[in-house]
Amino acid sequence: MDTAANQTEVTVETAKELGLLPEEFDQIKKILGRTPNFTELSIYSVMWSEHCSYKNSIKWLKTLPKEGPHMLAEAGEENAGLVDIGDDLACAFKIESHNHPSALEPYQGAATGVGGINRDIFTMGARPVAQLNSLRFGSIDLDRTKWLLKGVVKGIGDYGNSFGIPVVGGEVFFDECYNTNPLVNAMSAGIMDAGKMISATSYGVGNPVYIVGSSTGKDGIHGAAFASKDISEDSMEDLPAVQVGDPFQEKLLLEASLELAETDAIIGMQDMGAAGITCSTSEMSGKEGFGMTIDLDKVPTRQAGMLPFEILLSESQERMLVVVKKGREAEVEAIFEKWDLNCEQIGEVTEGGRLEYYMGGEKVADVPAESLILGGGAPVYEREYNEPAYYQENQKFKIENIEQPKDLKAVAKFLYTHPNIASKKWVIEQYDSMVGTVNMSTNKPTDAGIVNLKGLKKALAFTVDCNARYVHADPEQGCAIAVAEAARNIVCSGGEPSAITNCLNFGNPYSPEVYWQFVGAINGMRKSCEKFKTPVTGGNVSFYNQSTQDDKDVPVFPTPTIGMMGIVPDKTKVTSLAFQNEGDKIYMLGESRNDINSSEYLYAYHKVKQSPAPHFDLDEEFSLQAKLKELIHNDLVVSAHDCADGGLFISLLEAAMPNNLGFEVSSDDEVRKDAFLFGEAQSRVVVSVRVEQEEAFVESLSASDVPFSLLGEVKGDSMLIDEEDFGKVNEAKEAFENALEGYLNS
Amino acid sequence: MKFGVITFPGSNCDQDMIYVLETIMGYEVERLWHKDHSLKGADFIVLPGGFSYGDYLRSGAIANYSPIMKEVVEHAKKGGYVLGICNGFQILCESKLLPGTLLHNNHQKFVCKNIFMKANNNTSAINAEVPTDQALKIPIAHAEGRYFATEEMLNEMNEKGQIIYRYCNEEGEVTPEANPNGSLENIAGVCNAEKNVFGMMPHPERAADPELGNTDGLKIFKSMVQQVVSA
Repeated sequence: MDTAANQTEVTVETAKELGLLPEEFDQIKKILGRTPNFTELSIYSVMWSEHCSYKNSIKWLKTLPKEGPHMLAEAGEENAGLVDIGDDLACAFKIESHNHPSALEPYQGAATGVGGINRDIFTMGARPVAQLNSLRFGSIDLDRTKWLLKGVVKGIGDYGNSFGIPVVGGEVFFDECYNTNPLVNAMSAGIMDAGKMISATSYGVGNPVYIVGSSTGKDGIHGAAFASKDISEDSMEDLPAVQVGDPFQEKLLLEASLELAETDAIIGMQDMGAAGITCSTSEMSGKEGFGMTIDLDKVPTRQAGMLPFEILLSESQERMLVVVKKGREAEVEAIFEKWDLNCEQIGEVTEGGRLEYYMGGEKVADVPAESLILGGGAPVYEREYNEPAYYQENQKFKIENIEQPKDLKAVAKFLYTHPNIASKKWVIEQYDSMVGTVNMSTNKPTDAGIVNLKGLKKALAFTVDCNARYVHADPEQGCAIAVAEAARNIVCSGGEPSAITNCLNFGNPYSPEVYWQFVGAINGMRKSCEKFKTPVTGGNVSFYNQSTQDDKDVPVFPTPTIGMMGIVPDKTKVTSLAFQNEGDKIYMLGESRNDINSSEYLYAYHKVKQSPAPHFDLDEEFSLQAKLKELIHNDLVVSAHDCADGGLFISLLEAAMPNNLGFEVSSDDEVRKDAFLFGEAQSRVVVSVRVEQEEAFVESLSASDVPFSLLGEVKGDSMLIDEEDFGKVNEAKEAFENALEGYLNS
Repeated sequence: MKFGVITFPGSNCDQDMIYVLETIMGYEVERLWHKDHSLKGADFIVLPGGFSYGDYLRSGAIANYSPIMKEVVEHAKKGGYVLGICNGFQILCESKLLPGTLLHNNHQKFVCKNIFMKANNNTSAINAEVPTDQALKIPIAHAEGRYFATEEMLNEMNEKGQIIYRYCNEEGEVTPEANPNGSLENIAGVCNAEKNVFGMMPHPERAADPELGNTDGLKIFKSMVQQVVSA
């Protein structure tokens, strides 16, 4: 193994340069019984990076519920979780971050994020049917934010539109904590026949191993390692760690992979994401205890003279590793020939669990597969955590110290034109939301994106949610809210929550304060997921979302994005968020409270940044959702929209705009009017009810423990609150829809 | 009557089109592959939307050289019906079966949303039975949809009734504000002088399933089928 490429003398310093700890270097020497050569060290450095090994998070991730009555593949078993949705169909879905590449090169960073998550879905044999994304950026007045936002949106659009899967939901949020570190989380969901899953596995000595799809280039080398450290002024030097996407190749790879799934010619398949050939060969082999010999000379490359570690670590996109049943090679090759894609045999399955890589006739690396992977030899750490000082400070907040503004109409306008609340039309219209002809929310806006299952009675519901301000204020409560809000969106739309995927975006795990946020968020997620019976099917952890500013470490808000899937058992019950008829009564399910904690109103209007999370009680929330499900099932509500960012007023406005139907409502004497209109206490839903059904509606609620109150009625084309005119709905709509573009052009 | 829907590498609206023609409308549909050298007996050929060959070089430019395009051109020259939607429209312009070209949207962004359009006349199969005073709500989804032709060409097309659909507002008025991409004269779709080859940027197949709450696109397909069958 003393090839030219491996001439570099390997010391603990080399290991540190590649991001390994000294004790990890010792561990590698112990595993191999010798000092690793440079290629081998590179392999360990990526496989043991945070990104691939989850070494600082796995201990806590294991405490999340992953079993559910409908789970076909549990978290960590396959490339994505798989849920049985009945009718012999299964849904694979997953969310993943591409934060670090997007911070440096927003267009390619975001585009390849979309590509990667879709490959995770179709490598299992599922056809993607819906995409969502959750984006967070810094202050909108910064030029850097505008550059990042425009690049990320164009990247997601150009890749996803060409690939041809509709975007059915998402969120965009701005806060200065994301100035340096934007968050780009992409989710994809696919459908397959329940019995046809392709596993990410390898076995059977002598079975040929193929690489299919794009050629391998020098892009993305050490991408996984790059994603496992803080962003600093030196990060631009990591630009080659950013991959380049080709959605056309991905589309061909999709069609070829699904044709492959129809045969029984393969043992297993895995996409090449982080750590490229290294990761796919080791993860597929490590599971069953087999090994592989791989001839790197046979890998189609974009340029001559690539070194072994470059080929092994390249994160060139749109590639898969396929283990084929011996004797079935011609069948597989014909499919890729049809789609004009590379399909090269690069090795075969061996006995004994070792990965042996050859180049130029020499062995360049020889490592045990199992030693590289999560659940095998990869390190697992317990990190310390401490409650940060700010948490106690938050508890000191008192609403009495906030003076109620005289002009609440001005507050209302401030909020509906605020970038966090205003319409994301400028973003959404750059995504194809209708390709596939399954998006049922286009002409009937709903809280969650509804995806039609053609020919069946049922449909699917998807949403992504996380109010990171709440999580920052109180990680446990905030993350429990994120799960509850996702479930609420699905229930409001006529669905039943099934399962979640998560994307855990945090700062540096070696900071005890950051780790305290992480542990709190996991605890809140567990509590909420257990209550709603929504197991965690998988996801991704992104640490090191922090930067150094004025010699201080600034982590982003802890942002555990929740991607939830639900089933709408009867698609005729899909319920819009929009008011439908003049004269319908408007009710609130849940309770108005004297609570403006962590609201956009308090944070952006009053500029008070320290307060606890808003009121939330899990049992209360659960009862509310159960009741709403029943009301929808019995056709007792015409529309349902949850109260979220911006509070009740924004919910009413959002329900009013689609059909230009105004409202006349009265506030509650028991509650401050600013809290009534703009507070963000949880577990509240605005519904509209036909007059002739009002009696049955009230009777049904009176028999339950769910609080409710009459707000008013759907009326005219203006917004009247306590007889005060808050303006015309269509004028507010124009301001609401154009605000974001206004900020971007200013 | 038998439809033929062509799949180019990168087509992504082919299955949506097949679903409408076959499942919703009940017609026989032949699935054609870009490497095919025959139209397999299809009477009406549809080039669906998508990003054929990734739209690299220029939208529709490379697909024009697929083997099947030779058959499509021959079919059209013999008077056979051909419809191109979105990327299919771009391919038909590249192959010169339709006049003009499609440039980058004037706002330089991809745009996907519902727009309104209306029949400009009732002189070809694709608009014969669609009222000229009624706005249809149809989705668009494109980055290169700005219709362009020389003044001379436009005059001739107007004279011969080759402008089949124009963008309008909800009330059916053809206004600059209702133009989503900067197309000349709000042109959303055109046909050839012989009126057997049609192209349009909007996606009627995305407005044809009652479960999605909008069936305005079906009016276009129904007109098309009615005319072709009775001809």
